[in-house]
Amino acid sequence: MTGEELREVGGRHPSRWLDPRGRHLGTWAFVLNRLTGLGLVAYLYLHLIVLSTLLRGPDAWDGLVAVFRRPVFLALDVLLVLGLAVHGLNGLRVALVGSGLLVDRHKALLVAAGVLVGLVGLVAAVRTFA
Amino acid sequence: MSDRRGLGTVLLRVFRYRNGDGAPRYDEFRVPVGPRTTVLDALLGVRRLQDPTLTLRHSCLHASCGTCGMRVNGQEVLACVTRLDGLGDRVVVEPLAGAPVVGDLVVDMEGFYGRLEPSGRPLVRTSEHATPALMDLERFEDCIECGLCLSACPVVATDPRYLGPAALAAADRLIQEPRGADRKEVLGWVDDAHGAWRCHAAFECSEVCPAGVDPAGAIMGLRRRLLRDRLPRLAGRSDREARP
Repeated sequence: MTGEELREVGGRHPSRWLDPRGRHLGTWAFVLNRLTGLGLVAYLYLHLIVLSTLLRGPDAWDGLVAVFRRPVFLALDVLLVLGLAVHGLNGLRVALVGSGLLVDRHKALLVAAGVLVGLVGLVAAVRTFA
Repeated sequence: MSDRRGLGTVLLRVFRYRNGDGAPRYDEFRVPVGPRTTVLDALLGVRRLQDPTLTLRHSCLHASCGTCGMRVNGQEVLACVTRLDGLGDRVVVEPLAGAPVVGDLVVDMEGFYGRLEPSGRPLVRTSEHATPALMDLERFEDCIECGLCLSACPVVATDPRYLGPAALAAADRLIQEPRGADRKEVLGWVDDAHGAWRCHAAFECSEVCPAGVDPAGAIMGLRRRLLRDRLPRLAGRSDREARP
């Protein structure tokens, strides 16, 4: 049996990240970091595209701003803040633990990051919709 | 549901694949389950009474050899010490992930063993020549080379060059107690984008390890050591200055 034949089944695939069976909190943090990272990169490009509307004059920009003040877009703003908080705070945890600091407390750090993300999300939601 | 002996039964849904098959499939087998029936008991029963073509690996039957690693309901376990009772009426049994399937529940472990080779596979028991300094060491020598950590690691899912938790834990063990090995050489081996730096701190390897080894902790230990070596160099100080 050749290596190529063996690789047909089993082996590696990123879809395994999204298989929830048997996984623990650390893997969910890993997956969430990947997804928020991809989401933030997509947002960055989307943001640049939206900003390019400025080239079409103030009327075009004001029209777009009016659209973005609809509740659904405001909710997406809160989601963006949540994504930033998840990626940033979990990234901080990974940087700390990954440097050999607080390794024994990695689960507590994860819980703390989760609590902070919740608080940030709450504040963002209140400030956006109040 | 119970069989004629009054034992409960469980439906095993077992991953099947042979070289040349178009695609893998799942076969279902109803098996009797007592309070002490393990997944391996049930699979051997299937092979004996229902389908002799079922392929699986096992040896010691008491979690020492590490050959019966597989995924049960998605969780990496040793089948010989995993009781079926309490796993539900329908139990899904699959081969380890992250390695090519040779047949049914057997994966090709060559890649796994290949990663371990450069470490020299330090099999050092705490009872051998233990010094007081060793008392604080984690028991990496307890690694049974089952491959569960590799299957559970999310990084292995996408990086075929990643050394993986077991090899890095072995490297850390070697650093802690070199026994003639060159520490610098070992650190040079793991100081790589696909080595100690590739880990993303999911700690899944430590969660699934059946031998109580903490590979993720070992990887972080390696990184701490690498950083300690690197930071003075980055700050413009020589190794000699940095190490009194």
